[in-house]
Amino acid sequence: MAEILSPLPGTFYMRPAPDAPNYKQIGDSVAIDDVIGLVEVMKMFNEVRAEVSGKVVRYTVENEDPVEAGQLLLVIE
Amino acid sequence: MTQIHKLLIANRGEIAVRIARAAQELGLQTVAVVSDADTGSLVAQMADEVVNIGAAHPGKSYLNADAILRAASETGATMVHPGYGFLSENAAFARRVTQQGLIFVGPSAETIECMGNKSVARETARRAGVPTVPGSTGTVDDLETAVVVAAEVGYPVMIKASAGGGGRGIRVANSEAELRQQMPLAQGEARAAFGDDAVYLERFIARARHIEVQILGDGKNVIHCYERECSLQRRRQKIVEEAPSATLSQGTRDALCEAAVRLATAVGYCSAGTLEFLYDDESSEFFFIEMNTRIQVEHSVSELVTGVDLVREMLRIAMGEPLRYTQDQIVLKGAAIECRLNAEDPERNFMPQPGKLSALRWPGGPGVRVDSHVYAGYTIPPFYDSLLAKLIVWDEDRASAIRRMQRALAETRIEGVHSTVALHQELLADPSVKSGHFHTGYLEQWMAQRAAAKAQALLPDLTAH
Repeated sequence: MAEILSPLPGTFYMRPAPDAPNYKQIGDSVAIDDVIGLVEVMKMFNEVRAEVSGKVVRYTVENEDPVEAGQLLLVIE
Repeated sequence: MTQIHKLLIANRGEIAVRIARAAQELGLQTVAVVSDADTGSLVAQMADEVVNIGAAHPGKSYLNADAILRAASETGATMVHPGYGFLSENAAFARRVTQQGLIFVGPSAETIECMGNKSVARETARRAGVPTVPGSTGTVDDLETAVVVAAEVGYPVMIKASAGGGGRGIRVANSEAELRQQMPLAQGEARAAFGDDAVYLERFIARARHIEVQILGDGKNVIHCYERECSLQRRRQKIVEEAPSATLSQGTRDALCEAAVRLATAVGYCSAGTLEFLYDDESSEFFFIEMNTRIQVEHSVSELVTGVDLVREMLRIAMGEPLRYTQDQIVLKGAAIECRLNAEDPERNFMPQPGKLSALRWPGGPGVRVDSHVYAGYTIPPFYDSLLAKLIVWDEDRASAIRRMQRALAETRIEGVHSTVALHQELLADPSVKSGHFHTGYLEQWMAQRAAAKAQALLPDLTAH
């Protein structure tokens, strides 16, 4: 099991645009450097990338949730 | 008998504070609406009543028209001021405020629709005899039409989202090949960002200045409060603004301001508004680009050179008062400069800096004004823009105003987060900025040169090891 943490405080987005599909679904495989979400900090969008590979077990936050730096976003197996 | 009004301030940050100040001076009751992230904000401390309208995400609070209108009805507010950004240029919101029997502090929903749509605004300008940047007549729907129009207008052309604003939804094509590649991307971006894929074409003027005219209208008469020079921009976001522009001759200034008044009069404009122009230094031509049907961030420099309190006048007009000034009573005096102090780290690609302000000292003394919502111990939330404060100075002439700004910047202490204070100090020491010779691309060029010079300065160190 591996955890992906938010590198920054801000607003978390699961998808690149409101009408686009999510970057990852439960069960999707994840490669190193894959984008798993965005964190918007003061109107700037920052991509969150996976540092490990595996399979998505669960997201621990919802789309558009406020997140803190270091907060758990995603569990990978 | 005059009705006692209660004003709901549908915004946050420095502009919410600015509006609360104007309202209090007019004896109005004030209602602040805040998100979960702003319950301790300065405007919440200042207002008579505070309503929490939802979660930190703007879509759930400051863009949530239902929650704002509910707060208005619960508190018995009679007026709504939208500030800038958020719902300020949303015609549907203005219409709902009015339909609820409240006063919207801004122009009518119809005016917002007419002037907020860039291609309609260009057409309105043409009919009022105000020059526009050569470009398409209305929107361009398909690529083949765009190719024909671009050939007539001349390359390079800008592809702009008709529903766009704030510098977003703009692409530049230098050739037909680039246009064929960029046009579908621009339409896709426009659809994603604004829910409307309509775009139009305009000639791209490479070394243009951005000069805008502040106007006030009461639905019958329109006056101007002269121009603001806003050419120092990074990624199309204004960094430094000043009034008057150092480049305009008195004749050009008069022609520009008269054109702005003519266009605002043509739409029966009723509130404070700004008409933005591109100005070509080489030909002394100006071209209307768009109108902002709201108060702007940089309104304060116009206030300092004319002595008119624009936010207060905006409230008075909304309450049904006629303009209190004739044009000849608006006298341009001295020079004003505004530096936008942002919570960003210029040394790390302007990375936003949310966090706690451990210490804060604002400058003071003659001719210095600070419009801000932050205080020592305040935690800057990560959910909104990075503006910490507007530092604005006035002096007798431009050179004195620059010296006064340098003194004020040197007095400023912001601790706990990085800010753009030091960058402003460097920028105001630049010979071209000091002499007023710049254009909308200048600041980014200057930044690139500065970065290259710093990298160069590091080289001897590296070779020594």
